[in-house]
Amino acid sequence: MNNNTKLNLNNSSTSNNKDNKILMILCGLFTGFVNGFFGGGGGMIAVPFMIYILKEPVKKAHATAIAIIAPITLFSAITYVTRISFEWGQVALATIGIVIGGVIGAKLLNKCSNIILTLMFAGLMIYAGVRMILK
Amino acid sequence: MKWLWFIIFGVVSGVLGGMGMGGGTLLIPLLTLVLNVEQLQAQGTNLIAFIPMSIIALIIHSKNHLIDKNNILYLIVPAIISAICAAFIANNLEGDTLRVAFGIFLVTLGIIQIILTLINKNQNNSGESN
Repeated sequence: MNNNTKLNLNNSSTSNNKDNKILMILCGLFTGFVNGFFGGGGGMIAVPFMIYILKEPVKKAHATAIAIIAPITLFSAITYVTRISFEWGQVALATIGIVIGGVIGAKLLNKCSNIILTLMFAGLMIYAGVRMILK
Repeated sequence: MKWLWFIIFGVVSGVLGGMGMGGGTLLIPLLTLVLNVEQLQAQGTNLIAFIPMSIIALIIHSKNHLIDKNNILYLIVPAIISAICAAFIANNLEGDTLRVAFGIFLVTLGIIQIILTLINKNQNNSGESN
């Protein structure tokens, strides 16, 4: 691993290092709670944390968030599967779609600017959120 | 033709998910609002569908050297513990309560994201160079 791939901890003093680790643990707890409770959305906590607190470059923060969310998702999915019954046909269809989309998205991340996409997505979230509250 | 929408919504959410931009926060409202899937079902579906997608996305990001493994366990280990607890809590709640909570969560995230994106627009541009 070369230096650019590391989180920005090496230029800080030992006490700052410790602070960052405590912050990371707290962020991890919060990210995990959100992702387990809402069945998604943990990345929306982890990404800004890595960008604004750990000063991670934007694209690395997005990619690294997936590495954090993947194991969390595995454990929360197991919890869900053991406790509620699923419509497995629907799950399979959505999974096929998400895998196809995921490959496209992962390849796009290294190529395009996300700002307009992020703003459009934020607007969509607010709209969907209001509809869900009012439903 | 309802089955086709599951795939289409999956693809759209997958694109965002693969970019690490919150595919789940899009798939869950699409499933509940448009396809009338029950809230817990939608959440569980998103969790399950995310697993194979994330493995493929991680392979691609890893090849592009976009994953920062340094100290990452400080985030992952506490996250797993709280995620399991939160999943238990969610599974014991009414679907309607959970849906309204999710709605509030989405609105809050959307507003925060717009503010952060606008404030840090220039910073983001410089940060995106590899």
